[in-house]
Amino acid sequence: MLERLAQIEQKALAALQFVQEEATLEAWRVAHLGRSSPLMTVFDGLGALPKEERPAIGKRANEVKKLLETALGERSETLRQAALKRSLEQEQLDVTLPGRPFPLGRLHPTTQTLREMFRVFGEMGFQVYRSREVETDEYNFQLLNFPPDHPARDMQDTFFIKSDDERGDNPLILRTHTSPGQIRAMREYSAANPDNPPPVRIILPGMCFRYEEVNARKDIQFNQLEVLAVGRGITFGDLKGTIADFARRMFGQNVRTRFRASYFPFTEPSAEVDVECFLCGGQGCPVCKGSGWLEIMGCGMVHPVVLRNGGYDPEKYSGFAAGIGPERVTMLRHHIEDIRYFWVNDLRFLEQF
Amino acid sequence: MKVPISWLKDFVDITIPIEELARRLTLAGLEVEAIQYVGLPLPAGKVEGHTSGDSVLEINTSGIEWAADKIVVASVSEMTPHPNADRLVLCKLYDGEQEHVVLTGAPNLFPYKGIGQMEKPLKVAYAREGAQIYDGHQPGHILTTLERAKIRGFDSYSMICSEKELGISEDHEGVILLDEDAPVGAPLVEYMGDAVLDISILPNTARAASILGVAREVAALTGQPLKKDEGGRAKDEGGRMKDEGSSIDELLSIEIQNPQLNPRFVLGLIQDVQICPSPYKTQLRLKLAGMRPINNIVDATNYAMLELGEPLHAFDYDVLVGRIANSPHVKIITRTAKPGEKLTTLDGVERTLDEKTVLVCDTAGALSIAGVMGGAESEVYDASKEVLDAQGIEAKEGEMPGGKSSMRSQSTVNVLLEGAAWNFTNIRRTVRAQNLPSEASFRFSRGVHPAMAERGAKRGLELMQQWAGGVIVPGLVDNYPLPPITPTVAITPEDVKRWLGIELGIGEIKKILEALEFNCSLVADNCLLAAAPDHRLDIGEGITGKADLLEEIARIYGYERIPETRLSDELPPQRSNPALEREERIRDLLTKMGLHEVVSYRMTSIEREARLGMDLNPAAYVRLANPIASDRYVMRQSLLSSVMEVVERNARMRERMTLFEIGPLFIASEGGDPSTGSGQGLPNEPQRLAIVLTGPRGIPGWQPVDVTMMDFYDLKGVLVALLEELHVGQVSKPDEVGYRNPTYELPGNPTYEPAAHPIFHPGKQAKIQVGGRPIGVFGELHPLVRQNYDLPASPLLAAELDLDALLALIPERYESQPVPAYPPVLEDLALLVDESLPAERVAQVIRQAGGRIVTGVRLFDVYRGEKIGVGKKSLAYSLTYQAPDKTLADKDVAGIRTRIIRRLEQELSAVLRS
Repeated sequence: MLERLAQIEQKALAALQFVQEEATLEAWRVAHLGRSSPLMTVFDGLGALPKEERPAIGKRANEVKKLLETALGERSETLRQAALKRSLEQEQLDVTLPGRPFPLGRLHPTTQTLREMFRVFGEMGFQVYRSREVETDEYNFQLLNFPPDHPARDMQDTFFIKSDDERGDNPLILRTHTSPGQIRAMREYSAANPDNPPPVRIILPGMCFRYEEVNARKDIQFNQLEVLAVGRGITFGDLKGTIADFARRMFGQNVRTRFRASYFPFTEPSAEVDVECFLCGGQGCPVCKGSGWLEIMGCGMVHPVVLRNGGYDPEKYSGFAAGIGPERVTMLRHHIEDIRYFWVNDLRFLEQF
Repeated sequence: MKVPISWLKDFVDITIPIEELARRLTLAGLEVEAIQYVGLPLPAGKVEGHTSGDSVLEINTSGIEWAADKIVVASVSEMTPHPNADRLVLCKLYDGEQEHVVLTGAPNLFPYKGIGQMEKPLKVAYAREGAQIYDGHQPGHILTTLERAKIRGFDSYSMICSEKELGISEDHEGVILLDEDAPVGAPLVEYMGDAVLDISILPNTARAASILGVAREVAALTGQPLKKDEGGRAKDEGGRMKDEGSSIDELLSIEIQNPQLNPRFVLGLIQDVQICPSPYKTQLRLKLAGMRPINNIVDATNYAMLELGEPLHAFDYDVLVGRIANSPHVKIITRTAKPGEKLTTLDGVERTLDEKTVLVCDTAGALSIAGVMGGAESEVYDASKEVLDAQGIEAKEGEMPGGKSSMRSQSTVNVLLEGAAWNFTNIRRTVRAQNLPSEASFRFSRGVHPAMAERGAKRGLELMQQWAGGVIVPGLVDNYPLPPITPTVAITPEDVKRWLGIELGIGEIKKILEALEFNCSLVADNCLLAAAPDHRLDIGEGITGKADLLEEIARIYGYERIPETRLSDELPPQRSNPALEREERIRDLLTKMGLHEVVSYRMTSIEREARLGMDLNPAAYVRLANPIASDRYVMRQSLLSSVMEVVERNARMRERMTLFEIGPLFIASEGGDPSTGSGQGLPNEPQRLAIVLTGPRGIPGWQPVDVTMMDFYDLKGVLVALLEELHVGQVSKPDEVGYRNPTYELPGNPTYEPAAHPIFHPGKQAKIQVGGRPIGVFGELHPLVRQNYDLPASPLLAAELDLDALLALIPERYESQPVPAYPPVLEDLALLVDESLPAERVAQVIRQAGGRIVTGVRLFDVYRGEKIGVGKKSLAYSLTYQAPDKTLADKDVAGIRTRIIRRLEQELSAVLRS
């Protein structure tokens, strides 16, 4: 009987070697471990054996059974591994096929630039103040130290609004800069406490309009971001430092700024600010027209007349203002050669940002 | 303002390289836009060329260098015709070293063609063999090197140069004929080499619109003294003064009717001048400064204007005498024009003048428009030349201005010279009214100090005498009724520190201001009183004057030397800006949902907006008084119209578009805008949000996607998501147990109801309301409206929302809900209802009947078909039952379900489908 068990074991193991698929593995299990398999018939016949033989034969039969079950498990695992390997090999994708397109939405490039400026100035304590786009001549010019018929008005060609009323020297106009907001903000803040108005640190973004021939560099409508700080000890040095910090954050940590004397009626001293060309590092390139510098804004100390018109005593308060063109900054940063792209809204342009 | 360096040197020594000078002027507010080299060596060893600046110079440069050993002054002693070329002349010349014979075809040497030995040698600019000059025959600036060649059998290796060949001007009509005193053999660059700074003049730097004005700045910036004597020349170099006959006061008088408009008027008289071309060096300077030489008299007025900044005007004195029947006394009157008064200006145009225009007149009538342009009749006249005006405008053939050529056969011999001061805003107004910009009005419209009137007139007379001979009638007639106040400003080192952030001693401040010719005196320990010099009108008084001085101090001290500091002032009270923050949140949400932001022009036309078919009030348009284009004459009243134009513009390139814009409309208001509190008649500027969707739902790729066209429900999905994400109307609080009123039960929840807006399809549009307040409308564009646009056939979904109203509905904060701890019970409910019943009504009844246990009612199927009969539809809902404090038992749910079904049957006649 022991011999027979050895044969059963041998035969089963030999047969197992030929099993190559999971399906035939089941057939092998039925044949060699199933209810009517030779091994099972040995178990079935145990009772018929002489009593003294039973323990030895039984023990041996159990050993064979365990052995075959282990072999089955191992074989099964081997076959599973092989099958997995085969199937993985068959499931090769062409990874160069395009991905499924995702419908992304985008902000207008100017919005993106403005937001970055809001963030940079926001961290310096400047808060956004917005004001209207149709203004009076008084707010847009007179209170900002542009008297009627002053030659400085030639710098800002103006769209006028038709009016039924006789408005004399105070016609309605489209604002030529966001500076009327300076007066509106200062008056708002000083009205609450005229004797001791609070300091001001604001940025004034918004659309402005100039009556100009449209070309690649000028459009009839453009955004401006104006910066205004008023307090009891603000200096031209603070203006330089604030603008230099802003420029480093917008254009690169090592970018230098240069202040040139200039003229705006509502600031004095006034300056134009150039930043070192961040595209060529000041070496000269087509964008900076070889100069190594890019003009990015006008600025200056708030003119005493403007402070006074805003309700701030120029003998006690001082301040600075600066005006930046978000479209111009966007153009410089992304090498956009024509400002007219901004409001035409060709999606082939907008989708690049 | 073009400033030849040689001219500048008449007033100040230049101690630094030209490029450095240009840089310093630029930083100090006189922006040098370009440097043109005319003979002087270019930087960086270049011979010539046009650079668009370089990293060291930072300024555009152009021009050519005249090699000292190759281009020299030569003297032509003999001229003979070329034996076998009619149009060529052979010139024998001496260049200081040897004689040469040079071939030329210059038309201005033709008159000398057969003359042989010259009585008086001609001085010319001579380029030796190997010299590099511009090719005169080619357009533009092509550098060429003179090489030996045979021309018509003649050995040619050098050249007598034209202005074009030397880069002076574009003139190649003839060769340069130098003044008689030009030293033979001298390098031309030493004799007349130059460089020209092109400086842009800002409205507050009018004082620098002259050579002297720039020289003052150069002197202050470089610490050099200013040579005060004009041109550095001795006055009256041997000039004759009239010492007999009538005194000037007997001949002339001046009446000023409005001193506010004409604070000063000065007249001088020079007699017996001989009109001819000016010396070459004068012509050269005028050309380099951008003006055309005319004749010695006109050139003298222009030269003095460029030099000192005071525009002068020369009259033909005899014409004036003739106008008053040869009376011996000419009276000049300045006054404003009479209504409808006319004057023919020297450009030949008869101009009708308005009552604000100031005229220079005599007793017979108007002579010129003050400070702007002379009249044709009394203009200086050169009978030997084409008629040209002082500005060098050629009169058109056959229409001699004012018919003066027929009236006058003789050149001017006696010149009356005007130097005056005018109110600059009035001049500016006249220039605009008459559209007459000129070199004179450029200066007068920016302000010229009355002190310059006398100085200019004297200089003009001096130059006339120098170039045209004649005798100056001694003295001037000077009417000066309104001298300007000389502003005197107090300034202290404390002021400088407070505004500029730098510590300057009183001595240093004084030094800077005195370099700019301020008259300074120390009044207290540490306080300086500075009086403005008499060439400046840009200095104010009091605190404005202080700001003016601070600017001068900062400029001359150098902006670059002021250290950068960080704001150390008190930080203002920080405020939140909910309107902006919420608006930005809407932008973020819409872009998250795949929409693109656009920004359009605010200006449009009524016709363009009418295409959208909205009921816009024509009276409410904000109209431009000076529109720049015929299709942009009003401010928009519809934001959707702007976005529709964007859709139309992109329709050929993009089938699928998902766009939005946020921005203001402009609605004219009667009686003022309450938001400004000023009642100034300002329009309202309400903010709107416009959305347009069109095209396939998915983006086509290589795998199947849903490419059916977007419809009403796509847009509704966007709007619902937007309002939900903004938490509009969500303010509920849980009760003690944790039950909360479902948010949809609140009166503040958005509702979507059928609307009747003319731009939308009548059956495919809805209005959004929150708490009864309208937020906007949306829907599919009406087929008749879409016909007005050039668009493909796919449905176009559009919305225009009242952004201000929407922003106001966004709660300051919202609350989250705990994640339920107990399992929900889910159940489906299919109902058969009338087709006309709005689905929302069914959901409403389910919610109301279900109460707070029903936390979710989701429609998952709408079915219509024969099976259920015509006029019916089946709505299938998935219901979520959920309690915050326990696991719901079947009996809990069964009771609620029964209640719901009963209410649906009773109120909506709904039938439960099994």
